[in-house]
Amino acid sequence: MSANGKPKFAMYWAAGCGGCEIAVLNIHEKILDVDANFEVVFWPVAMDAKYQDVEAMPDGSITLTLFDGGIRNSENEMLARLLRRKSQILVAFGSCACQGGIPGLANLSATESLFAAVYDGISTDSQGVRPQAVWQVPEGELHIPEFYPVLKTLAQVVPVDYFMPGCPPEPHQIAAVVDLVIQALHGQAELPPPGSIIGASCSTVCDECPRARNVKHIRAFERIQNLAHIDPTLCLLEQGLPCNGPATRSGCGALCPQAGALCIGCYGPAEGVLDYGARLLSAFASVVDGSTPEEIERCLDGIPDPAGQMYRFGLANSLLRGGRAACEEEAEQELSYEAAHHD
Amino acid sequence: MTQHNGHTGQERIGVYVCHCGSNIAGTIDVEAVALWAAEHLNHRGVVIARDYKFMCSSLGQELIEKDIKELGLTRVVVAACSPHLHEQTFRVACHRAGLNPYLCELVSIREQASWVHTDKKAATEKAKAIISGGVERVAWHAPLEPLHVPIHPATLVVGGGIAGIQAALEIADAGFPVYLVEREPSIGGHMAQFDKTFPTMDCAACILTPRMVSVGTHPNITLLTWSEVSDVQGYVGNFTVTIRKKARYIKEDLCTGCGICQEKCPKKVIDEVFEAGLGYRKAVYTPFPQAVPKYPVIDRENCTYFQKGTCRACEKLCPTEAIDFGQTDELLTVQVGNIILATGFDILDARRIGQYGYGRLANVFTSLEFERLSNAAGPTNGQIVLRDGVTHPQTVGIIHCAGSRDRNFNNYCSAICCMQSLKFAHLVRERTGATVYNFYIDIRTTAKAYDEFYQRVLDDGAILIRGRVAEVTDAARLPGEEGKLIIQVEDTLAGKQRRIPVDMVVLSVGLEPRHDAKEVAHRFGISCSSDGWIIEKHPKLDPVATMTEGVFVAGCAQGPKDIPSTVAQGAAAAARVLARIQQKEIALEPVRASVDENKCSGCRICNGLCPFNAIIFHEDRMVTEINPALCQGCGTCVAACPAGAISGTVFSNEQVLAQIEGLLLDVARRAIAPEPAPV
Repeated sequence: MSANGKPKFAMYWAAGCGGCEIAVLNIHEKILDVDANFEVVFWPVAMDAKYQDVEAMPDGSITLTLFDGGIRNSENEMLARLLRRKSQILVAFGSCACQGGIPGLANLSATESLFAAVYDGISTDSQGVRPQAVWQVPEGELHIPEFYPVLKTLAQVVPVDYFMPGCPPEPHQIAAVVDLVIQALHGQAELPPPGSIIGASCSTVCDECPRARNVKHIRAFERIQNLAHIDPTLCLLEQGLPCNGPATRSGCGALCPQAGALCIGCYGPAEGVLDYGARLLSAFASVVDGSTPEEIERCLDGIPDPAGQMYRFGLANSLLRGGRAACEEEAEQELSYEAAHHD
Repeated sequence: MTQHNGHTGQERIGVYVCHCGSNIAGTIDVEAVALWAAEHLNHRGVVIARDYKFMCSSLGQELIEKDIKELGLTRVVVAACSPHLHEQTFRVACHRAGLNPYLCELVSIREQASWVHTDKKAATEKAKAIISGGVERVAWHAPLEPLHVPIHPATLVVGGGIAGIQAALEIADAGFPVYLVEREPSIGGHMAQFDKTFPTMDCAACILTPRMVSVGTHPNITLLTWSEVSDVQGYVGNFTVTIRKKARYIKEDLCTGCGICQEKCPKKVIDEVFEAGLGYRKAVYTPFPQAVPKYPVIDRENCTYFQKGTCRACEKLCPTEAIDFGQTDELLTVQVGNIILATGFDILDARRIGQYGYGRLANVFTSLEFERLSNAAGPTNGQIVLRDGVTHPQTVGIIHCAGSRDRNFNNYCSAICCMQSLKFAHLVRERTGATVYNFYIDIRTTAKAYDEFYQRVLDDGAILIRGRVAEVTDAARLPGEEGKLIIQVEDTLAGKQRRIPVDMVVLSVGLEPRHDAKEVAHRFGISCSSDGWIIEKHPKLDPVATMTEGVFVAGCAQGPKDIPSTVAQGAAAAARVLARIQQKEIALEPVRASVDENKCSGCRICNGLCPFNAIIFHEDRMVTEINPALCQGCGTCVAACPAGAISGTVFSNEQVLAQIEGLLLDVARRAIAPEPAPV
């Protein structure tokens, strides 16, 4: 407890777009409850703070920390470990912290090809330049965080108490979780068991989707812009649109499919599902209606980017974890790390 | 049944490694494997590991039973042959010792290791990994209880050929009700079209028609001809079958089968089915005089009244006023406990074999046409004549394997063509004295008295030429070929090309699955091979059962075969059904899928996938349910469910993943502590 008796709150933005930070503010007047019930001790996007200040706090002194973004570099990891140590409840907040998110798709590529895309591409004029973790300048030594070969989820680095999925988590779910934590602090409610997924349901998006559904026979997958007409009441998947709803955890209210857009899977796998992409892929494959290998092939070719479709948010957390190139690179680094420490 | 105990970490596991004589021990060091399991899987719960010469022997089984009792084993892993062979053996052994049979896991180190490898060291290591997988998996097994369902005593037989007739009579004679459904107006099938049957040359009608009459008059048989099964619901012991009884336009209770309507009907139609296009029938007809039942049908497509609105000659002249133009199709629903599919075969469309000229060259005939030509009751009264209907051929060429054993058509051997072609040769020699050439690839006369028949045909003077016919043509090139059909063939015994002019060519066309075999299979929840024949449960040991409990197969629906084998299968299927009926109830394997309704979102991905029609969708609650009696535990829906809401007993995520972890145990160990490189 702080001097004013309030429990302490922290939030940190690691490798992610920052939408999760905005989403917390998007709970409208509920944010006042956060302020009324917590003392915000660390939230770089909202207030000035220094890492040393956090280091100086006693271990376990922060009641609730929302951590958004994945672990892309040494700074992300350092903060994950620091906040883990200082926090009673550490929440992986949003798709990136839970599953790696969009940045996790970079796990399909080796570091050098990522750097080449960023620093040698037509969008920059810094051809050939690569970020260096340590750089000598006349004034001394400059350090920047070290870029890791693969992006990891928060739970792959430190133990996590709760997972709150969504890109970003829906405001009503955030508000409900805030309410629950406040009630629990006052002894009026019990927190779910550690490791639980909070702010979501256990079924899939179809459960909340009002579109009519039938037995499915998909003859062709289409990109949404290529369909002349979309039936506003019928299941999108049945119309040949690769909607990820059937495999995606419910809790968002099926907002995208209700607006005529495909579910892209930000809430991650349903309860108990180990690998989101494998589930979705086998579900799609099961309802493809083709009698010859060529017909089936043609139908599946309607999904132009299978990795992006199946693992848009979950690659880093999948059984695959990432592309072979990136994994091999990581293994090599670990081996050289071990070798270095054995000497 | 979705519940499982989960891994308590306190299981007492026994591992039993079988030598299988030298089948396994010849390639795998089984003793070393057992020692390794005892030592290295000890921390995974293995309390005893033994090897034994034949685990499946009584002594081997007793070893397991003794250990269960004395060592208090809670799980058993047997490393031996495939679960197909002996899973049941070891489950029963465990059961005898008081352990739930589903706590036993059979892992295959024969089919998956010793038989497929020659490197003994590697095979031994692989066997260890397989056993490790089994040990990890079995810890997640849960005790399961079989499901008991009652068996309805009635049986549905689909198809009224000789297979279906045999099956129906066997069951009916045993005192149980049978519904025999036939698509054509009469039962009898292909056999009714034949004149003689090889090798004894019995008259087909003489041996078949008494059976047909028995079926027609049997008090336990409900004969439904001109009918088709339109829907099958339910599961073994309790099928609900919907049968579409097509309108006959004949009142069966009034018709005496006198035949006046057929005589007076002014509309003649080429009979493409029974007469193979060689003869005529009327628009109101029975396919042949001995048809069972005796009632004709009116062919709506060809009936003058139905097409033009006037005529009604049959109605005016019927002495018993049995004609009823107002009839409509009826849907009957019947309850049965078992189903026998005896849906038979089609013959390959000879037009597809372009080089043999059928359909283009008048005097090229199919085997079925020849059967009708040679049949005393056929369109030519048994006269073997050319297409003009009068000329007797001087020379006849009979081509075996037309469309069989040919990668352009069917790879398989149609089984009956050799004997059929020899029968044709015999008939031609006997009836016309014409010169006969038989063109064969190989002669396959493997059944009882078949080869003797072959010798007899050779003695008859038939000329056999070994070689696949390249072409049948009417383009004469050499003297003596004018006006003839010329058979171009490489005589592989003489080692030269030959051109043989003949008057008549008979193509022994291959047997093919019914054109709608796949749809029929789907309707009954069973599968067809890539060729299209219905797949039996085991090709050797369970030839008349299918993978769907309660659905059996007999005759050519399962694959090409001759009449004796067909009859044997009909009787065998009946015996299997009778055994079921006598049991009164059946225990179903509790390997089942089930849906967690809380997780099911009602997305309906799984709804169209079940090969056994076990999936039900509840519109009101928007959830899917699986009928446990229908489910065969195949796992298709489990894999497809994107929400992970469906789980399968014995194939749960935990079990499969634990098995993978176990298989990779060695890999994981090596990754942690790399073995020193060999010097």
